[in-house]
Amino acid sequence: MALIAGIITLSFRAEKAPANNYPTLPKDSAGSAKAFMSVYKVLMSPRCMNCHPSGNAPLQGDDSHIHTMNVTRGVDGKGIYSERCSNCHQAENAAGLHMPPGNPKWGLPPANMRMVFQGRTPRQLALQLLDPKQNGGRTKAQLIDHMANDDLVGWAWHPGDGRTLPPMSRPAFAAQVRLWIAKGAYAPSAKTK
Amino acid sequence: MITITVNGQQHDVDAEPNMPLLWVIRDILGLTGTKYGCGAAQCGACTVHLNGEAVRSCVTKINRAAGQNIVTIEGLSAHNNHPLQLAWNEMNVPQCGYCQSGQLMSAAVLLRENPNPTDQDIDDAMSGNICRCGTYQRIRSAIHKAAEMQTEGAKI
Repeated sequence: MALIAGIITLSFRAEKAPANNYPTLPKDSAGSAKAFMSVYKVLMSPRCMNCHPSGNAPLQGDDSHIHTMNVTRGVDGKGIYSERCSNCHQAENAAGLHMPPGNPKWGLPPANMRMVFQGRTPRQLALQLLDPKQNGGRTKAQLIDHMANDDLVGWAWHPGDGRTLPPMSRPAFAAQVRLWIAKGAYAPSAKTK
Repeated sequence: MITITVNGQQHDVDAEPNMPLLWVIRDILGLTGTKYGCGAAQCGACTVHLNGEAVRSCVTKINRAAGQNIVTIEGLSAHNNHPLQLAWNEMNVPQCGYCQSGQLMSAAVLLRENPNPTDQDIDDAMSGNICRCGTYQRIRSAIHKAAEMQTEGAKI
């Protein structure tokens, strides 16, 4: 069991970014937290949050309703039994309204690393993203790389017919992630909404 | 030409790589047990096994299946004697029958991975297969029955 969990965790962490190489600027808690608020707005958009739900079912649509068909996360985040994600979700979006979107890595975070966005306040989500025990074992550099370059994250900006885009472009989003971390990776105060 | 293996038989198929696997199965290979329901992976009528997984063949392009193993309802068992097929017969599960090949292919994956499913396990596995006749209660009963038969190694 431990071996399986280890393999799942490792496969989720398989990214190429250098572990400790990221740009820095003079520490600026206000500027850093402000940049994170831009990041937060993207992460809480349906295209990101729908696969980072608080429960064990993915969400669907711009109203983030619970996925129909009783779909559940499963141990590896890829569904269970005859309801594995890739049984319907292909390597690319199917054309047309209400058709299954797709990506080769389609799925939720695994059960042992759930990376919940839904319901998190800005402060909670910032602290969670920075904690390797909750972020898939990522360093800050790997976090930047994930946000800026990961293929499944990138799907959010190519979501197929009928789905709204996150509130800023991916380069703008990646720039805000870099700025947040470069200025000290501060979490917004608990009062920030 | 795209080579696929269906029910243990290799076929060289002359088809566009984007053609749905369902079209190939039904229109080119003539295996019509698998049904077209919605064309959007929402109903489960077109479920077949691709390397053992219950894929929806209406949205699965043939190029994904190239070189892979596909099993349709016609190949689920050699003599229509998979425990699920026996239980389906015994309990008269189908009404109109249109969704039933998809139901059986999904249930087969469930029973392979969980030999003794609870009602919740069945709901989790089978909610992607819709039955307009509403045979859900009989489907659930038959899956429990098949699980018993499978456990006992019962084959007529």
